[in-house]
Amino acid sequence: MGNGTSIGRVRGLGSAKTGVHHWLLQRFTAIGNLLSVLFLAVSILLLPDLSYATVVEWIARPVPAVVMILLVVTTFWHARIGLQVLVEDYVHDHANKFACIAALNLAACSGIAFGAFCVIRLALGAHA
Amino acid sequence: MAKDGTRNRPLSPHLQIWRWGPHMFVSILHRVTGDGMAFAGLALLLWWLGALAGGPEAYALLTKCMTSPLGYVVLVGISWAFFTHMMSGLRHFVLDVGAGFELKTNKTWSIVCPILGVLATVAFWAILLLR
Repeated sequence: MGNGTSIGRVRGLGSAKTGVHHWLLQRFTAIGNLLSVLFLAVSILLLPDLSYATVVEWIARPVPAVVMILLVVTTFWHARIGLQVLVEDYVHDHANKFACIAALNLAACSGIAFGAFCVIRLALGAHA
Repeated sequence: MAKDGTRNRPLSPHLQIWRWGPHMFVSILHRVTGDGMAFAGLALLLWWLGALAGGPEAYALLTKCMTSPLGYVVLVGISWAFFTHMMSGLRHFVLDVGAGFELKTNKTWSIVCPILGVLATVAFWAILLLR
């Protein structure tokens, strides 16, 4: 089998008007990270101490619980996109690159699911 | 390179070729702190949430590890990575709208951003430990 015609080889590789989706998503999640992680950092400073009882009482409240779930989603998705760029820059073999990005997706989705599950469990009073 | 068609492409010179400048430094620092947090920071985030959901014994183990000397190195490292990545990320937002590309302005903010990151880290720990 040959390599096809010149036009055939480039078809589908150019702009399909969705080229900036990845780039934009990195910015949207960056804004999410900025707000949610600063909320966490300020909360850590405002809590009277970081003992188990204090932190559990804090994270079970509606606003902190929701922000922490959003934090998990936005940070993991930002990391997923960022690490994908790292993989694309340094892993050149197509099969290895595919495997890395597949593993990255599994890890990011698992992290989001586990983090959100933990917060929901606390917010619904598992240790109240 | 995996494909024959890409094997003989000219490659751009890598790190060792260029004379180091602040723009290069802040760009590399952005990637290093970002990828560092993607592994260490998010792992610690899940450990923390998991320990809270797991109960007082699990949280006590986390507290014991994180208040050891090595634990403090990890915590300070992650907080420094966050504030540094945040400052250079804010710089990216400015560059994204097409501003700040003038040679002198660009160089100035490339130097200022990592310094602000360190200052924010120091301020965070000062408030946390001295309150």
